Amino acid sequence: MAATMQPEAVRPSMNGESDFSRAKWAYLDSFLSRPGAYSDPEMFVPGEIPVKSISESAQILVIGAGGLGCEILKNLALSGFRNIHVIDMDTIDVSNLNRQFLFRAKDVGKPKASVAAEFVMKRVPGCNITPFVGKIQDKDEAYYKQFNLVICGLDSIEARRWINATLIDMVDDEDPDSLKPLIDGGTEGFKGQSRVILPTMTSCIECQLDMHAPRAAVPLCTLATIPRQPQHCIEWAHIIKWEEERKDIQLDTDEPEHITWLYQKALSRAEEFGIQGVTYSMTQGVVKNIIPAIASTNAIIAASCCNEAFKLISSSAPSLGMPGTNNYMQYTGDAGVYTFTFEHQKKDDCPVCGNLPKDLTVDPEQTLEELIESFAARPESQLKKPTLKTEGKSLYFPYPPSLEEQTRPNLKRKMKDLLSNGEQLAVSDPAYPISFRYNVSFS
Amino acid sequence: MLKIWSMKQQQQKNEAASGQAKKKKVTAAQLRVQKDLSELSLPGTMKTTFPNPDDILNFTLTITPDEGLYKGGQFNFSFAISQNFPHEPPKVKCKEKIYHPNIDLEGNVCLNILREDWKPVLNLNAVVVGLQFLFLEPNASDPLNKDAANDLMSDRDRFRRNVRSSMGGGQVKGESFDRVLLK
Ligand SMILES: [Zn+2]
Repeated sequence: MAATMQPEAVRPSMNGESDFSRAKWAYLDSFLSRPGAYSDPEMFVPGEIPVKSISESAQILVIGAGGLGCEILKNLALSGFRNIHVIDMDTIDVSNLNRQFLFRAKDVGKPKASVAAEFVMKRVPGCNITPFVGKIQDKDEAYYKQFNLVICGLDSIEARRWINATLIDMVDDEDPDSLKPLIDGGTEGFKGQSRVILPTMTSCIECQLDMHAPRAAVPLCTLATIPRQPQHCIEWAHIIKWEEERKDIQLDTDEPEHITWLYQKALSRAEEFGIQGVTYSMTQGVVKNIIPAIASTNAIIAASCCNEAFKLISSSAPSLGMPGTNNYMQYTGDAGVYTFTFEHQKKDDCPVCGNLPKDLTVDPEQTLEELIESFAARPESQLKKPTLKTEGKSLYFPYPPSLEEQTRPNLKRKMKDLLSNGEQLAVSDPAYPISFRYNVSFS
Repeated sequence: MLKIWSMKQQQQKNEAASGQAKKKKVTAAQLRVQKDLSELSLPGTMKTTFPNPDDILNFTLTITPDEGLYKGGQFNFSFAISQNFPHEPPKVKCKEKIYHPNIDLEGNVCLNILREDWKPVLNLNAVVVGLQFLFLEPNASDPLNKDAANDLMSDRDRFRRNVRSSMGGGQVKGESFDRVLLK
């Protein structure tokens, strides 16, 4: 019965591909070759166009090949995407094998990105995955420009903020291809979220920074005086005891001798306070801030991310993240299974997307003082006490006094001696809630 | 030929794009610290020192209380701000070994907003005000130095004497402290 339910149109004849090879995508073609209940007839023309969008034209970048990344790569390949790149700087650790299912014991020590790519390509013929072993910061805008969509499966907030700012700065109003939707997945134990960001158009990672609850910290004085839990004893050994007795040695959380030392200190403190339960592996977990990774949470969040990618590329159904609609899905799996989807509002005073860098032409022979005077005269930014900084140099700080004194000599220096052509200049002023950024070009 | 020309154009475009991208951008954390510094308002009892003025993420705050039990002393705090700021609070430590119920002998500071109550909406000014307050109102109920807290709670006069002698570089209960007196 199920077989006869498939309408004829589910197998559009594709150039260079037989109906037979397309047959294995029948489950996808049922979404791509006929209108669905929610598809927008103006956006979605069922048939060859969306099929080709998914399988041929879409270039997808996946950042992270860990717990979420393995799921994302597998899902994308099984959703018919065939041009995928993946970035990850890490190598495979034996502790990854329980959930990062693209890796085997023989792969321990090898780079995650290449092993994951190879595994998926072998299982899904026709799918091309290009790995890059390294940091996202190693790549420049020309690299990110080649993708239609970026999916993040990261555990680092710093990396998320970097790719977010990069994609936002890449948006060029004249060029529709410069806008790359960013899908971000994240998990922490039984909780997770997926969100879709249209750089410069909707609320960004920086707008949503307060959504990442900082790690619940125990007051330092509790650790120091009245520990109640085994974790308190470990934190005490980590934060207080190490500094006291071994401050000249840099703590290396991958060094067994260091963990053993902390473990023994924590254990004797726990005995002193009659606390049970301090173990070596708990010590490792607390010190390395390991939140147990739950395979099912990763699977759910990755599924949601890839579902959004499929909808965005094919237009077959409305996706998360369109301006004025929901862009954030929160999942909680520790007390039943619960999801909550809402619209996170873009912040006007967001330091990244609230004020996009503007182009500024500067006379290289002009002094910094003259530039600051010209700022005061600019109608759009009547700055009173501007602070000016580039990534590597503090140009002028009117406050605090020590910095003012140190940066004052720069006022008489020429702009060409203070920054280079194309560099970014950040300007803040107490009169404005946000900072301005300028991409400087010399006249 | 036409094809070659368009390839060349593409090449130039790529070069231009990559040349520009290699120029470092001001990071979100730097932007926020720059903003926080420009909005800082330090009373006469506090000043900052930047060992490297181009690195605004690392500096020292010097507090010279002009009232309270710690009047006459000079206390230096190192501020180390990570690229995760303001998601993470700044790391603040007292550079001298001092006798204070909320600061341990290693310089760790028990101030709620530096740890459990930190929120990204808080700024450097809030931290500075909090540190100043520790010298005006040492708090025996959040002890990091238990001896000092017990002294403060049980015998305020003895606590006062201990503060004075520790600030002069003397010993309290066999523990010697750094001299922090201005004169
Ligand atoms: Zn934003």
